Amino acid sequence: MIRRLMLCAALTASAAFPLCAQQVNITGAGSTFAAPLYNAWANEYAKLHPGTQINYQSIGSGGGIRQISSGTVDFGGTDSPMNDKLLAEAKQKLGTDILHFPVALGGVVPIHNIPGVSKDLNFTGAALAGIYLGKITKWNDPEIAKANPGVNLPGNNIVVCHRSDSSGTTFIWADFLSKASADWKNKVGAAPSLNWPVGIGGKGNEGVAGFVRQTPNSIGYVELIYAVQNKMTYGQVQNSAGKFIKADLNSVTAAAAGAVKAMPADFRVSITGAPGATAYPVSSFTWMLVPRDMKDKTKGATLKAFLIWGMTEGQKFAQPLSYAPLPRPVVEKELAAIKTLHY
Amino acid sequence: MSRSYPPTYKKVINISMLTLTGLAALLVVSVLLFILGYLVWNGARSLNLNFFTKLPVPAGQEGGGMANAIVGSGKLLLLASAIGIPIGVLGGIYLAEFGKGPFSFAVRYTTDLLNGVPSIVIGIFVYSLIVLPQHHFSTFAGGVALGIMMIPIALRSTDEFLRAVPNTLREGGLALGASKAQTVLTIIIPAAMQGIVTGIMLNLARVAGETAPLLFTALGNQFWSPGWNGPSASLPVVIFNYAISPYEDWHRQAWAAGFVLLMGIFLTNIVARLLVSGRRSPARS
Amino acid sequence: MASTATTPPPSLVVKDAREKLSLFERLKKGDEATFLVTFASALSIIVVTCLLVQHLWIDSVLSRHAFGWKFLHTSTWDPVADQYGALPFIYGTVVTSFLALLLAVPVGIGAAIFLAELAPRRLSNVLTFMIELLAAVPSVIYGLLGIFVLLPILRDYVVPPLQKTLGFLPIFKGAFYGVSYFSAACVLAIMIVPFIVSISREVLLAVPQAQREAMMALGATKWDVTWKSVVPYAQRGMIGSVFLALARALGETMAVTMVIGNVPAIHASLLSPGYTIAAVIANEFTEATGDLYISALIELALVLFAVTMIINAIARLLLLGMKSQETTH
Repeated sequence: MIRRLMLCAALTASAAFPLCAQQVNITGAGSTFAAPLYNAWANEYAKLHPGTQINYQSIGSGGGIRQISSGTVDFGGTDSPMNDKLLAEAKQKLGTDILHFPVALGGVVPIHNIPGVSKDLNFTGAALAGIYLGKITKWNDPEIAKANPGVNLPGNNIVVCHRSDSSGTTFIWADFLSKASADWKNKVGAAPSLNWPVGIGGKGNEGVAGFVRQTPNSIGYVELIYAVQNKMTYGQVQNSAGKFIKADLNSVTAAAAGAVKAMPADFRVSITGAPGATAYPVSSFTWMLVPRDMKDKTKGATLKAFLIWGMTEGQKFAQPLSYAPLPRPVVEKELAAIKTLHY
Repeated sequence: MSRSYPPTYKKVINISMLTLTGLAALLVVSVLLFILGYLVWNGARSLNLNFFTKLPVPAGQEGGGMANAIVGSGKLLLLASAIGIPIGVLGGIYLAEFGKGPFSFAVRYTTDLLNGVPSIVIGIFVYSLIVLPQHHFSTFAGGVALGIMMIPIALRSTDEFLRAVPNTLREGGLALGASKAQTVLTIIIPAAMQGIVTGIMLNLARVAGETAPLLFTALGNQFWSPGWNGPSASLPVVIFNYAISPYEDWHRQAWAAGFVLLMGIFLTNIVARLLVSGRRSPARS
Repeated sequence: MASTATTPPPSLVVKDAREKLSLFERLKKGDEATFLVTFASALSIIVVTCLLVQHLWIDSVLSRHAFGWKFLHTSTWDPVADQYGALPFIYGTVVTSFLALLLAVPVGIGAAIFLAELAPRRLSNVLTFMIELLAAVPSVIYGLLGIFVLLPILRDYVVPPLQKTLGFLPIFKGAFYGVSYFSAACVLAIMIVPFIVSISREVLLAVPQAQREAMMALGATKWDVTWKSVVPYAQRGMIGSVFLALARALGETMAVTMVIGNVPAIHASLLSPGYTIAAVIANEFTEATGDLYISALIELALVLFAVTMIINAIARLLLLGMKSQETTH
């Protein structure tokens, strides 16, 4: 008799349990660049809504695209937007559309190590393209020298370093070079992984930064956040208005603001080489990839709420982590687009 | 006889070769001491109570830890051992005691092949085998991937050390009327136990530090992951993520985690050796 | 013949040796069960490997159909244009692995001999324990230590004298930026030494004392005893450990990609940067989008598998050849 009572009590308790502790676990994966921001958001959101665990892992932008397309994660993060072919493949596998929502902004900066030169150099787009194509081989090449009057550049060979691993950072860099040089666009193009004409491959920002730090006469590129957090010196890049801009949160946000007018409805836009006198030319959005339909409605509702929170409250976490916050007009557009989610 | 035996040139070779081997051993050990020292030097500041008890916190905040990664690694290695050790050891017993002919050749050959598969390929394999059909990452998939990696070494070392046991022991057992199974289980395996445990420990050590297969199977988690069905944090993946991040605090935590991983393996090794101590191969006694 | 009043219980009846035991009785004896269980384990390995190869084969179908045999002898790796050729990776894998073996085997075998034959037992146990710990260091840490410690050492202390003395050889020509086949081989050597030392030492310890005593009775020096009597007895196990180590070297990803330079090109000089199959898969697989790209990477894995098959086949033949010279013991 007692045993039966206890069994009933246990069954009732276990049935009631889900009602009192609404545990929602959401998994996301993708861009390494955006990972610190997503993690900060997840942490804060869990405090505000106990029981919500949003687990984001940085496996790279391509990884994010792959996993969201296969349905093994609930949302993805990417620094390079999915092209039409990838969207079509995803729709076929997943059965529903994937939507892009920009969540923050970042930039890619050139770093260099030239013995005897302590100043941060100015680089034109043509100079960078030429260096990475292997056409410009010496530091005292006229293309570099004319942008840096008064700097005594040596005649040493340039040692080029790029990313060996596929990365959104490479995509942003190559996207900029494609716009700066038709030669680059034809020969190499823009993608997270490229057939580099010259250069050593370093793994991750760490690999590139480490190589450049230890190798005289070298040049490389890293994320702005990485350079800032590691207190590295980096060069200025010439923007479409002809000014040499140093990357920082303001110049990156200026690049986004300049692109707002031409923003497509699906937010897949490249803002490298954006117009604006103070815009930093090698900037990019980072996007959250979200499916339009979700089978688990509770998960979907939580994800939607999280996304809205990130657009609004979450933006104040961006600056301390060295991300540039989204310009207000972009946020407005996104909040409207979020309503088209089917949950 | 005016000439001494052995002749002088042999004595010279003797001394010089023995010194060289000593130097080789010294070289290997000093590399280890250097690595350990480097990890401690760089990670010591992060080795506090928080490290072992708290969950990770986002970048820029203090006080985070790796408790979930430590537990996660423990679970993954437990599952991997449960899969890899029995299959490996039993397979090794088959090869050494029962096997002859083309099937044995095929098994040995296949084991060597499996051993040479890059860990990331095994991760990809388990991804398409388990993760895709299930539509989620899981500790289970991670354990299976690591388990598959453990099988070859466990099998090869069991095979080699069982075969190194002299036949006289087998004959002795059979002469006393024991069945083949009894001989193997009660006489031969204990005789080879030291070597088998060496193989298993080496195996565990290698698998404990593998990152690539986990990226596709267990993924990672900033929170606790109870049970076996959800993504789980693990020390090697966290080390990887932290080491290539821009944050100084995370770098230090990565070194500290490397140290903790090594110490974990060290302790497991000691415990395992203690459990089988005293069972030296009779050939040497 | 008098008939027995009671039949003895079945367990005491000694069956006629010519009578066959039933299956259940055979299982109870234990031999059959042991045989079946161990056989099943051994079989499962073949099953798992076949499954693995099948998955690799199926997932690489796009790339195999697109490139055919050209994949193995072209050198372009262009994800943007979707052109893939595996030759630089195959070259890099083979070069780094064999160079790593060249560096690790003498040191490993030497250390194993010292630990098994010369060192006092206590010291030997402690040192071996510590060397085995090296196997537990995560690959990533080896990579980072490679970048921070090994590369500067190579660049400042090892390569300049090397180039001064042997610089006329094509394998040591050219500018050295730290990342290279040679650096990768050094890191790999450190990573595989614990396997060689640990297993070789155990095998040497398992050699019966009679072997040593026989030679010592003839007045041989300690080295002669070791090299001419103990090592040959243990050589199959030691060679086995070397192949275990080689297998690890072929498949190593993280540490290699951090110190090899990741340049898909073929250079004769060991001091120039290169790429291996495992490294390129590790670098690009997580982010590869596009079915042909993924398929090409998986085909690379298949190629590595084939390379491993060939190397292991050669090894097996070598061992078979040695076996015929070995006296049975």
